[in-house]
Parts: sequence; structure tokens; C-alpha cells
Amino acid sequence: MTGAANTNLTHLQRLEAESIHIMREVVAEAEKPVMLYSVGKDSAVMLHLARKAFYPSPPPFPLLHVDTTWKFKAMYELRDRMARESGMELLVYHNPEAAERGINPFDHGGLHTDMWKTEGLKQALDKYGFDAAFGGARRDEEKSRAKERIFSFRSANHRWDPKNQRPELWNLYNARKAKGESIRVFPISNWTELDIWQYIHLENIPIVPLYFAAKRPVVQRDGLTIMVDDERFRLRPGEVPEMKSVRFRTLGCYPLTGAVESEATTLPQVIQEMLLTTTSERQGRAIDHDQAASMEKKKQEGYF
Amino acid sequence: MSVSTTKESSYQTDALIAADIDAYLVQHQHKSLLRFITCGSVDDGKSTLIGRLLYDSKMIFEDQLAALEADSKRAGTQGQNIDFALLVDGLAAEREQGITIDVAYRFFATEKRKFIVADTPGHEQYTRNMVTGASTADLAVILIDARKGVLTQTRRHSYLAHLIGIKNIVLAVNKMDLIGYDQAKYDAIVADYTKFAQSIGIKEFTPMPISGFMGDNITTKSENTPWYDGVPLIAHLEAVELDVTADQAKPFRMPVQWVNRPNLDFRGFSGLIASGAVRPGDAVRVLPSGKTSTITRIVTIGGDLDQAVAGQSVTLCFADEVDCSRGDVISIADAPPEVADQFEAVIVWMADEALIPGRPYWLKLGTQTVTATVQAPKYQVNVNTMEHMAAKTLELNAIGVTNLATDRPIPFEPYEANRTLGGFILIDKITNATVAAGMLHFALRRSQNVHWQALDISRETHASLKNQKPAVLWFTGLSGAGKSTIANLVEKKLVRMNRHTFLLDGDNVRHGLNKDLGFTEADRIENIRRVGEVAKLMTDAGLIVITAFISPFRAERQMVREMMAGGEFIEIHIDTPLAEAEARDVKGLYKKARSGALKNFTGIDSPYEPPQTPEIRIDTTKLTPEQAVDIIIERLIP
Repeated sequence: MTGAANTNLTHLQRLEAESIHIMREVVAEAEKPVMLYSVGKDSAVMLHLARKAFYPSPPPFPLLHVDTTWKFKAMYELRDRMARESGMELLVYHNPEAAERGINPFDHGGLHTDMWKTEGLKQALDKYGFDAAFGGARRDEEKSRAKERIFSFRSANHRWDPKNQRPELWNLYNARKAKGESIRVFPISNWTELDIWQYIHLENIPIVPLYFAAKRPVVQRDGLTIMVDDERFRLRPGEVPEMKSVRFRTLGCYPLTGAVESEATTLPQVIQEMLLTTTSERQGRAIDHDQAASMEKKKQEGYF
Repeated sequence: MSVSTTKESSYQTDALIAADIDAYLVQHQHKSLLRFITCGSVDDGKSTLIGRLLYDSKMIFEDQLAALEADSKRAGTQGQNIDFALLVDGLAAEREQGITIDVAYRFFATEKRKFIVADTPGHEQYTRNMVTGASTADLAVILIDARKGVLTQTRRHSYLAHLIGIKNIVLAVNKMDLIGYDQAKYDAIVADYTKFAQSIGIKEFTPMPISGFMGDNITTKSENTPWYDGVPLIAHLEAVELDVTADQAKPFRMPVQWVNRPNLDFRGFSGLIASGAVRPGDAVRVLPSGKTSTITRIVTIGGDLDQAVAGQSVTLCFADEVDCSRGDVISIADAPPEVADQFEAVIVWMADEALIPGRPYWLKLGTQTVTATVQAPKYQVNVNTMEHMAAKTLELNAIGVTNLATDRPIPFEPYEANRTLGGFILIDKITNATVAAGMLHFALRRSQNVHWQALDISRETHASLKNQKPAVLWFTGLSGAGKSTIANLVEKKLVRMNRHTFLLDGDNVRHGLNKDLGFTEADRIENIRRVGEVAKLMTDAGLIVITAFISPFRAERQMVREMMAGGEFIEIHIDTPLAEAEARDVKGLYKKARSGALKNFTGIDSPYEPPQTPEIRIDTTKLTPEQAVDIIIERLIP
């Protein structure tokens, strides 16, 4: 992508230029920006773009991981490595109340996501006083996200009001806000799942190995294939982990993230499977299964 | 489902993906990107068309399809058939109302291109949404229901698409299946539209007979329209020239977003190239300063480039240490854009609160943010009939042509020549809301002919001769709050202290300088603006200026504050509760206002916006006028 300039810009070159433009606008206009880093493939692309946007300077903001303590081990490993390599400060936040009450995905269902992620994110933003936070959400992921602005305003208590969003014309972003208000900025809004994979492939961006198929211990539960990633996993009576060749299309808390059976061990094979598959990406996440408008509700409450 | 779907009509080559994924990836990698907008209402089959495009490109997965089938049975309008419209409706509130009320972006790809579709609502109350969606589009698909022909909304959508500068317009005559693929009816609609298009300056458009529901002329030429000699919609979308390609042929311009300075040895200027191309060795000019230099490097993380073009985000280095910062425009040296501070522009108003002529707004154009004031519109355009109408202001969704002035000269180009250097937004200084979008037509000649005369005797000289520091004591508060009383006492005390002062009183100014002004919101703003300008001249002459005006609006007090030199504006809120001021009613005005004999009276039927952080706040229920004077003098002369 960075070789000799090509007068016929490809869609990936256009998307890259747009994302870089957005990040630079935020850095120029916000007082204290931060990049939310979830260690998934979208975060990987976002971080890569940030390094390009500000080169030869390191990206002039820290990475923030709002952790639930229930991510896959491999995610923690990559997270720490990428922070080292990018020269950026890594902030890891745990909601102290969730830790104290021992909130976990086995006993607390939706509360787990709500307290660790939604509440944890709000607390972290307040604690550090960040007024702009980059997130890796894409418009193609889900219906309510198709209408999300690139600069999304949140009230002082982090709520999103779908009826009161600023119009975004051309590539002019209005980043002005009152004290206490903040912006969530989505620089890869216009990328699709295929674009993300293709870009990772072309640019050799490091991603968590869980995206590739390997023999892993899994159990079948509530229609999802769940990986037994550590000893905290509570097996139900009769459940015995089996070794299966699986991979993940999306990564979150390991007890809530469904794997797919797969033999794809290279990026082209993963992309091939994705293109020939017949279910959408977020189906592997337990969080979206409630009702049609669930994501929209979660967003109004402050979930990314 | 009865919607016609065939394997052949999908544009993704499953065979290639399965047989040779590497070849497919190479093909996908080289696709270009076209952004387009669909205009029409749900009745025209807009959502059905978009749903069809997504469905045929396999952007709908089985789980979404299952959810869609369930939704269609619950809320759909198509009986037992799949209702594609439900697929593209996003927010819960909209789903209930059955109309889209925002801009949604959808994605699909064919073998040649990737597409981003802006899906916007069609009703007149959503004009701003359509303008927003159109602002980034290369092409507009104007949908017409073949049974209804060219309607008012067709004209409105076409006008807006043309206004925002979309050069590729597709007239999609939809629902051809419902008129039996009748060529004569189609031809009549096209003829009708041609007449209208010419009347508003649309030079060319591409008509096509389609059915989003049945799939006619979408991906393949339909057997139902053998008389149609054009290409199907997808083939057209794959072939039209992209704006970004056209922009590369224009002179080089790049608004500077951010100065990249990791250490003392490196200074680069980052931005997205708006037009043209740049190479190391090119002579460039920085606007508005006009300083020149030469490009030495185009820096990227993967190594320096030997050329960069419109549409790329880059970092440029200069041969010389010329001043260049965010908001400046780097241009090719021998063809720079104009620099001006007064313009004619067309404005689309996007806020519930109407335009207030004379009020300062933030104007953002490229990466520059400046203060701008907009004059009352020359005319407003009726978006349904394209007639020009007289207007004093612009309400939500209104479009008007007006003059505007910025507080300093900015590099620009007419919108027609360059979207980046001609398109702007206006931002309310208090609420921070984006209240309007605008497109510059041209600079007014006045700004090139009126020059600022540099004077030999400076304001510092005037002030030092009087042995004082100039200031504006700006009293604000309700009528009857005690502004004039306290202001008068303050002046008397200052004069006793040998200070040179002048008191501008609200009532007195309205007998002379401002006797042409009434009490409407716009006139009140002009009243304050003039007083501000007079006060500024007096501070230039070295005086301590005392003003006593209700000055009810925060934005105007802020405007005056910004006119003055730093620290010279002292805002004094004479804080008297309304009940107290009304009880005093020294001039009998509250009584008149309550009886309805006096309109637009502050506190009664016109708002007072109290200062949030005034330099001095005088609570008249706790302090005597004499105590107030002491506090004010102490602040002014410590």
C-alpha cells in the first residue's frame, strides 16, 4: 500500500486515507484522546493505521484496554507485545466493583458484560479524563451501527442519543464539545469485514492466533462451541472437553465466544471460509442474541 | 419467497473464491470505491432496491435472512414475501414508524468495485439528511415510481443532488413490472424529467427502466425491456468516473491537519490531499501567508513516496523553515487558491433554531476554523418549485443564498471547483451543534478592495497619554435591574480618580446611532454589534468604556468579548430576580409588556441568558449600589 503512488487508488487505499484523516482530526482538536484497544482484528487494524497516521512520531495517545479478566490468554499475550512494539502507553482498566463482587460470565450473564465492559469503560474514561476515544466499530457489523456517525457524541453521563447526532458532511467533523462531554470516534466505520481481513493480509498485521484453526479443547453449550481456555471454566455435569479443529471469527470473553469448526490455518483460507460462509460475524457473540434492537439499547447505555 | 433471485445474478464469483482464493484476493484488492446515494421514499421502492443490491452481492447472511423472514412476517408490508425494506431500517424508533429518519450507510461489492450506499429518507423534513448523505457521493440514483412519474419529491431530490455537486445522476424508473414494462410510459417519464433537469442546470443524466422487486435491469439486462438499449444499473455503477480521479487533474492543494514534529530534526505537515498531485522538488506555496518553499520528501511508514495524489493521506517536508500550521493550505506555487474574507454562499440550515443574521458562528472549512457572520439571505429557494422567495432568516431544512464574512482571510475555492476548499459547516458557539452546511460561490470584490489602514499613532500611545489601561465595563441584566444606576455611579467615581471614561447607555444609543433598529431578535443583535464596535473604537482611543445594555443573548456578549483585546472586556452581571425588577418597574415597561402592549420584552416574552462566568456578579438583593461600585472599581484598578 505504500509503494509507488498509483493514480487509480484502490478502495483499501481510500479507506486507509480516510481513517488516517479522521485520526489526525481528533488529535488536532481533542484535548486528551485515547484508543480503545480490544486486541481483536479490528483493533489490530486501527492500531496499525494510527502508527501510519503519525509516523515518524508514535501515535500521540495511549491505548486503553477495558479488561474483564475473562479474555483468552492469547489475547493478553498479543496485547502486551503490541504495546511494546508501538511504543505506546498501555492502560488496563478493571472495574473494581466487578472485581470485588466476583462478577463472571458463568453466574451473571448480561450483568457480566454490563459491569466489566459498559461500566468499566465509563469509569476508565472518567478516571483519566479522556475527551475522545477511538473505537473499532464498523457500520457493516449490525443494523443500528449503519447509522452511527464517525464522531459520536456522548453526554457527560456517556449516553448516546440517536435523535441528537450531528450531521457529518464531506469530511468535515465537528469535534467541539462542552466540558464533561466526550466523543467516541470510529475511524474504520466504512470498512467491511472483508476489507479488514484483506488489509491484515496485505500489510502483514499481527493478529491473535485464535483467528486461525488449531486443535483446541471445546464443549458444546447453548448452541455455541465454547473453548476451555483455562482452569476457571466450569464444566456442567456430563460435559467433557473435546479436541476439535476450531477458530474464532470474533474474540471476546472466552466463555461467551463461540468458535467455528474450521481447517483454515492461513489468512487466505480464513478469508475463503468467510466469503463462502452463510452466517454473519456477530453470531458468535452471545451478547447479540437477545432481541433485534439489543445492540441499539446497549449503545444508548454506553456500550461501544 | 416470490422475489426473483437467481444464482447467476449474484456478483460474487463463488467459483473463483472456492477454486483460487489468492486470485480472488488480488482481484478484490484492486477494486476501486464508488460512493452513491439513493433518493426516493419507501413508496418508490428505495429500500427494496438497496436490499436487492445487498442480497445479490451476498452481503446478507443466512442468519440475517432468517431474522428478516421473521421480521417480514411480523411487521412487513409484503405479506409472506421477504420485505427488503426491513433489512435496511436501522433504529428501533424508525422501525416502528416505518420510515427511515437518518442516513444509513450500506456496503457491497462487485467484481470491479466496492460500493458505499448512503440511504437517506425522502420526505421534505429530512432535506438535511439527504444533503448529508449526498455530500460524499459520486453518484445519485433518483428513484421514480413508474406508476406515478415525476413528482414534487423527484424535483426536490434532483435539485439537492445537483446543488451538492453530484455530476452522475441515474434516473431509475422503478416498478416497471407494475406498468407491464410499457415503453411509451417510460419514454414519457424520461421526457418529462429531461425538461425539468435542463431547467435547473443538470446537463446530463442516465435513465433506466428497472424493477428492484423483480430484479429487472439491476445486474443483467432484462428480457422484459428489449427496447432498452442501455446497460443495467450495476454495469453503470461499475463504469462511471470517480470524483477522486477527476480531482487528480486539478491543481495541487492540501489543507494542513497536523504538524508532525517528533524531534528537532523532523518537521512534517500532515493532511489529506484535496486535489492534484505532488512530487519531491515541486515548488509550493503556503496560504494564507503566501510563503513559498520546495517539497523535499513525502514521508510514509513504508518509505518515502515519489508521488502522491488526491485522496491520499500523507506527510510532506519542506526545504525551508517556513511557517505552516493547522488550517493553512499547501498549494502548487504558481496556481494558488484565492484568499478572501467575504463571500457569497448557499447555505442549507440544519438546526431547529433558525439562522440569526449577524450572530457569529464557527465556520469550519478544510481544517480551518474561523468566526463567521452570515447576513440575512438574499433569497430562499423553495425546494419543491425552485422558486426564489424573500426571507429574513433560514429555518430548519431551508436553503438560501447569502453573503457571509469571516473574521480573517481564508484560502478557498468555489465549491464547484473544489469540494474541500469550498464546502463548509457552521457551528453554534454556545451549543456546539452543527447548524448548517454551506458552499462558497465566490469572494465578494469588496474584500479585495477594502484594506486595513495602518495608523502611526497606536492604541498604546493613546492609552499611555491618558495614563490608564483601556477597558470595557459591560453591564448586563434585566430591564430595571439597576444597570444604569450603578454604571453612572461607577463613572462618577472613575472621573473623580482622573480616569478618562465614556458611558454608552442603551436608551440613549437608540435615539441616535441605532434609531433604525427595533426589538426583534435580529435587531437586538445588530444593536449590540454596533455598540461593541463603538466601544472598541473608544478603547483604541484609550478610554474606559462603560456600557449599560440588557444584552440578553450569551452569543452576542461573547461576540463583543472577542472583538476586544485580551483582558479588556469585563462582563458585569447586575443580577436582580425578575420578580424584584418587575416590582420596581421604574419605567412602567413590565406593566406594558404584561398587558401585551410591548412585544419581545426581555424576561416576559423574550429570553434572558444570564452569563455563566462573568468577571463580576452583583447581587442587588444583597448589595447596595455603593457597595457594588466599590467591588467594580477594586476589580478595575486593584
